[in-house]
Amino acid sequence: MATIIKCRPLVAGNGRGEILATQQNISFWGGVDPATGMIIDPRHELFDQSITGRILAFPYGKGSAAAPLVLLELAKQTTAPAAIINIETDPLLVAGPIISKHFYGRSIPVVALARAAFDRLQTGQAATVDGGRGEIVING
Amino acid sequence: MGVQLYLTDHEKKMRDGHLGAAVSMAMSILVDLGEAIDAAEMVEITHVHTDSGFYLGDAGLEFVEHLAALGGRVAVPTSMNNTSFDIERCRSYGVSAEHSEKIKRLEKAHLAMGAIPFWTCAPYQDGILPKPGDLVAWSESNAIVFVNSVLGARTNRTGDLVDICCALTGRAPKTGLYLDENRAAAIHAMLKGFPTEAYADPRFYPLLGYFIGKQCGNQVVAISGIPEGVTMDDLKGFGAATASSGATALFHIVGITPEAPTLEACLKNDTTIQTITVSPDALKKSEALLCTAENEQLDWIGLGCPHFSYAEFTELAECIAGKKINSDIAFSVFTSRKILGRVENTGLLEKLTYTGIEVYSDGCLLLYPQSLKPSGTMMTNSAKAANYIFSQAGYKVAYGSIRECVESAVAGKIVRRPPAWLQS
Repeated sequence: MATIIKCRPLVAGNGRGEILATQQNISFWGGVDPATGMIIDPRHELFDQSITGRILAFPYGKGSAAAPLVLLELAKQTTAPAAIINIETDPLLVAGPIISKHFYGRSIPVVALARAAFDRLQTGQAATVDGGRGEIVING
Repeated sequence: MGVQLYLTDHEKKMRDGHLGAAVSMAMSILVDLGEAIDAAEMVEITHVHTDSGFYLGDAGLEFVEHLAALGGRVAVPTSMNNTSFDIERCRSYGVSAEHSEKIKRLEKAHLAMGAIPFWTCAPYQDGILPKPGDLVAWSESNAIVFVNSVLGARTNRTGDLVDICCALTGRAPKTGLYLDENRAAAIHAMLKGFPTEAYADPRFYPLLGYFIGKQCGNQVVAISGIPEGVTMDDLKGFGAATASSGATALFHIVGITPEAPTLEACLKNDTTIQTITVSPDALKKSEALLCTAENEQLDWIGLGCPHFSYAEFTELAECIAGKKINSDIAFSVFTSRKILGRVENTGLLEKLTYTGIEVYSDGCLLLYPQSLKPSGTMMTNSAKAANYIFSQAGYKVAYGSIRECVESAVAGKIVRRPPAWLQS
């Protein structure tokens, strides 16, 4: 049975995939390789895992000023996540997906979720994210 | 997408394409961004410092070339941040023809849009000095924290590619540090137990910045207890360190920086203020985190992170006078074209080159190891470089003053004289 979770829409678009959830923040610059979509920061608990096509859930979208370049590069290389779920985000994280939408016509939907609901997300769950309406649907 | 973003008629015209396709794309991106981060309206900005000329992959390059091809022109003066490598000289130190070509394409696209090719991460040393209260849109973490804190102008941490959108429209979403209420400090850092000579030691400020950034993250911090006599290079090294260990975009130093004539003037007026004490012992721990070198072995000295100032070149020349760099040591200094020109004209460059020092413009010290060797031990006077070179380039690092760096380069091994004020 599907569960529908309402959330805050940040960047419009639809994404479908398996959830990859972490309680650690992700720095895209220096933390993710755009060519492969792999987490390359050895200090991160998702080290050596691929974010490509996954619904990537991490608490705070705090990025370096170069984060938009990395996220746009992920979109170009088709190594981007299917969607991003944060508790709180910042301008540096949403900028890449917004530019991708306008420039490549490719969406990386971004939504924000309250802490309690975020904590219930589990790696491996199949889900869809509607970044325009602000909805996460967990299947099964 | 909480509050509705208000746009003036002119801003709507920009978005809807009346001022050309490049402005339309840039404005549409800023509108989406503004809505996502709850901006109520746009601010008019007077200057942009852009990092969109930094080559990180073809996507950024394609975006910038697209804006240029659509006829985009900057609406406000726009200076360019450093690029990865020295544009004219990078082939001589092993940068591939392909990468060099990409940098040149980025340069061409930016020049076509009217950006100024300063190629420096320290534009405030090249005469880009917004006035207190000016609204600007800057990228580059050390420049952001400097323009906010030391110059008293206002910027958010503007992302790469967003900065060029701000440049083409002269607008930025009105949030964060553009607003009075977000510029007051939430944390008060009190210095305790430092003797007078600590404040005159150039090693003090980057160490303090590294500690403050780690403690305060992205919060605004007020620091009290620093006497007069702080130099611009001290503030540069301090700010760069805070922005690299935390994500500091604004600090106040009571009695020194423009928004902090008194502690009360720069502190939030509520009970949530957090107070922290900074002791010599805390900085000793910071130093231990930064000094990752395990023995005296040394391969490379890297100075100029952020870009070296003319005052620093003068100090370097005084320290190296009459000496030669050990032939096993690479010694490179990174600066802007403008300062390189000055160093050349005054004869300093010739003196430095004679001793074995290499001076580069345009590029970034942090990327230099890629063309040098894959791993080794380096020494620097920059806490920012010590932090990133270790975590990103796989180099071990020794931290020291310009004088210690020179002594090490001459001796061919790491020479450090830890300051007495750090020995608690």
